[in-house]
Amino acid sequence: MLDVDRQIINAFQGGFPICERPFAVAAEKIGLSEEALIARLNQLLEDQMMSRFGPMYNSEKMGGAVTLAAIAVPEPLFDEVTKIVNGFGQVAHNYQRDHKLNMWFVVAAEDPSEIARVIGEIEMATGLDVFDMPKTEEFFLEMKVSV
Amino acid sequence: MELSPQDKALIAAIEDGLPLVSHPYEAVGNMIGLSEIEVIDRLENLIAIGVVSRFGVVVNHRQVGYRANAMVVWDIPDDCVADAGRCLAELSYVSLSYQRPRRLPDWPYNLFCMIHGREQGAVESLIEDAAKIAKLADVPRAVLFSGRQFKQRGAKYSSAKVTEQSHA
Repeated sequence: MLDVDRQIINAFQGGFPICERPFAVAAEKIGLSEEALIARLNQLLEDQMMSRFGPMYNSEKMGGAVTLAAIAVPEPLFDEVTKIVNGFGQVAHNYQRDHKLNMWFVVAAEDPSEIARVIGEIEMATGLDVFDMPKTEEFFLEMKVSV
Repeated sequence: MELSPQDKALIAAIEDGLPLVSHPYEAVGNMIGLSEIEVIDRLENLIAIGVVSRFGVVVNHRQVGYRANAMVVWDIPDDCVADAGRCLAELSYVSLSYQRPRRLPDWPYNLFCMIHGREQGAVESLIEDAAKIAKLADVPRAVLFSGRQFKQRGAKYSSAKVTEQSHA
């Protein structure tokens, strides 16, 4: 990874300026020109180092609801169940994990009743139990990484 | 909290990312019929009230080298879980610490944390450290490394995208 990309990623995982020319202001902080910063950001997107440049929303503050759900999927059915689960627009971040509960995903929706409906529909479509584990207490969430 | 239609339009307009141009807020305003200054004011407000929790680079962890990500879950007596959760949250390498309901009998764990690292061995020693520091060495736990990743993008729903990278 280029030093300049490292700098960009480490510096701007939050706190991006909200002003008329934010890229110019941001670029100055790390000694780049506005054009150079924009060009590097485009490249980071293209290289998939960055999945996007923009906001991270807090669904609860928007009145939305989110939960973490898991399914114990029999191995032979894994691909088929993956397809069904990912077919729901409310599903994000579906990961296989090494446990009897081997499929873990986030369900985000407008409100808790939509979450319940989606989980019910996934259970119907897959014939498998979905374990719904909404957060009851948050002690910490800070996703910055250094590269 | 009830968001205005303009706020919802703004949230939807930038959910896939900000236009990478010199005047991005003007460009966004043009998409939804707001002036640049209105976009800026509304965005500042959305940040202030916590609807936008962060604004900037959304990293693809795997692609930048964080390939080992462990969800570490603990079965902690309910009256101790808050202390343990806060203790884990203090550690620099813990990126999330949440209490969630048990789902007995299959799932006895009530505290979840995420630890990301470049490789599995390093993450495993961080987990040992964390257990010692938080006095959880004798508490039942499970470590679930992630394997295949099927869907990384945030969920979309009618008005906005929510990203809980916490479980990536």
